[in-house]
Amino acid sequence: MKSRLRRYALFALVVVADLFLSWQYPARGSEAVKSALDYLVEMLLFMPPIFVLVGLLDVWVPRQIVEKNVGPDSGVRGVVISILVATAAAGPLYAGFPVAGALLRKGCRLANAVIFLGTWATIKIPMLMMEVKFIGLPFALLRLALTLPAIIATGYLMEMILKVGETGRFAQGAGEKNY
Amino acid sequence: MLFNIVLYVLAAAALCISFRRDRQKTKKALAIAWNSFRNLIPTMLGIIGLIGLMLALVPREVIAGLFGNNSPAGILLISLAGAVTLMPAFIAFPLAASLLQSGASVMAVACFITTLLMVGIITAPMEVNFFGKKFTFCRNAIGFVLALVIGGVMGVVMQ
Repeated sequence: MKSRLRRYALFALVVVADLFLSWQYPARGSEAVKSALDYLVEMLLFMPPIFVLVGLLDVWVPRQIVEKNVGPDSGVRGVVISILVATAAAGPLYAGFPVAGALLRKGCRLANAVIFLGTWATIKIPMLMMEVKFIGLPFALLRLALTLPAIIATGYLMEMILKVGETGRFAQGAGEKNY
Repeated sequence: MLFNIVLYVLAAAALCISFRRDRQKTKKALAIAWNSFRNLIPTMLGIIGLIGLMLALVPREVIAGLFGNNSPAGILLISLAGAVTLMPAFIAFPLAASLLQSGASVMAVACFITTLLMVGIITAPMEVNFFGKKFTFCRNAIGFVLALVIGGVMGVVMQ
């Protein structure tokens, strides 16, 4: 119970800050609350289907399929699949966390999960299209060309730092405790 | 909006197929979905509140003001701003475009975009929830360094 309450500490802090702001600077305070509510609506709109899909992935996709395609021995193929799947994604990175978490539990290689998250965050197709539209093709292409190797390097670097060893599996229990 | 519709259609279709094939498994999937959603709510509410505070207290003009200074310290400051803030792409890219038009350097704008996308300080509590502290710290630290490198190279190449 205590730990449950502690998880609301950040939220409580924010509410106190909002109240203080509304008291001292009403305009700023109401702006903060309004932006937060806008975001809340946006999140509540797209999070439910993502969690439903993650739940279905959990019960239907057998471990062997994930292991075979993006597991420890998937090699270049695993990297390519991770990138291709994530470029098709849309929505902010925090929507990708539960997906990558589910993949890791199913035996996805750590490097591939990190590459998946990196791709989701930086070079997914809807994002690149918006970048081309607003800033221009040369900027977007150059960023893509530089970001791609950076994402892949991050994946393997993470494996070395977190010492997942030869299996390439991420033994950290953090992903499990949610279920 | 279109993305949301596609997502709902996809989830609904998958749910229907799953329900026809195996009711028990579908129930289990929904239980997993509900549990992970419920687990995320406390952190999510806190983060949403933080984003609201950030948008109210650090207006776009302040971020834009940072871009006048293109010294190494200025670039570092912009990159820190990019790492800490969180804004959707449809706000970030128009902002970046308007900054470029009003005379900010490519390097400054590129560093802001790369750090914004590759480092997520605000969403770190959520990331910790799923992957643990060490993972979150390392991924974001590596992201920050590489974001600076990419931004720097872009600034030099596109000058």
